[in-house]
Amino acid sequence: MLSTAVIMFREVLEASLIIAIVLGASRGIENRGRWVASGALLGLLGAAIVAILANLASSEFSGNPQALLNAAVLLGAVAMLTWHNVWMSAHGRQLSTEAKALGKDVESGQRPMTALMLITLAAVMREGSEAVLFLWAIATGGEQGSNMLIGGLSGVIAGILTGLFLYLGLLRIPTRHFFGVTSWLILLLAAGLAAQAAGFLNQAGLLPSLGNGIWNTSGILSQNSLFGQFLHVLIGYIARPSGIQVLFYAGTFASMLLLMRTYGGNQKKKAVC
Amino acid sequence: MRLILTLLAAAALSSNAALAADEITLVVDHQKFSPSELSIPAGVKTKILIRNQDAMPVEFESYDLSREIVVPGHGETSIYVGPLEAGTYQFFNDFDHDMKGTITVKAKGN
Repeated sequence: MLSTAVIMFREVLEASLIIAIVLGASRGIENRGRWVASGALLGLLGAAIVAILANLASSEFSGNPQALLNAAVLLGAVAMLTWHNVWMSAHGRQLSTEAKALGKDVESGQRPMTALMLITLAAVMREGSEAVLFLWAIATGGEQGSNMLIGGLSGVIAGILTGLFLYLGLLRIPTRHFFGVTSWLILLLAAGLAAQAAGFLNQAGLLPSLGNGIWNTSGILSQNSLFGQFLHVLIGYIARPSGIQVLFYAGTFASMLLLMRTYGGNQKKKAVC
Repeated sequence: MRLILTLLAAAALSSNAALAADEITLVVDHQKFSPSELSIPAGVKTKILIRNQDAMPVEFESYDLSREIVVPGHGETSIYVGPLEAGTYQFFNDFDHDMKGTITVKAKGN
């Protein structure tokens, strides 16, 4: 029961932390809750469909299609996070200084609502399909099923609570620094997701690895440890990255920063630094 | 049915023979990887066929190899690793972290 809880906690953690960060980062935007909630629901639906596909057409869907879908979902999330951050670096100051008057002011602009929804969708769908597959197998597994199901569900709740704590922690950051901190968080998060996507594209045989294990810090901080996993989600920590992952990480980081600086305008530089 | 299985086995054997050095099978049985220690040559792309004989799904995952793939209960899938440098690479089941194994990559000539 406990081990099931731990597994589900790990599966839910990534989505939960990502949602916490985008919820924090979009503070002050009207109706964001509704968009994020619909993204989560669509993500669950997508996860269920993927899980069913994986179960039904096991051999057709497994292997490369699975890796390609994961890569596509991750890269979609990276694109949306970039859009969100670029938009925020252009409007963030406005949001923090005139948070009250925001509604009408920014309404006319193209707000990153769709981005919010799609990021949530991607985050939930990505790990969610694995969680659904696992819980489903337990639920239909007969003996011990209900016991393990309770364990699994408590893991889900613990994962969601962790995200909630991160969100509440983010809200405590003084307004002056708030958008600076969250845009950095999103920048690192997106770079990490891009590195994960590179791993899947390599797995599917579409990209060379450019060397396995450019460095290996498993001895210092194992990716298996809880802290290692937190860092993996939050800043994309990989203990033993391949060359292509390092390249994707650096490339995403640099191009996103460049876009934020370009479209954020001069006065916004402070918000990013 | 038996005939089909025999044919399939024969086909598998012949394709195995052609790819002898580059394909290995990893079976999941009673919550264990078997064999739990795989050995492959360095510098060669290797196909690992993962056959899950248990009812529970398995997520073959390796941080060292950046590989991650779900194998449904009573299902099978294949995954490519490498070309790899000599060394040891850990893998595990993300749905059951007690289930793990290693891939030892040996340099040619050893």
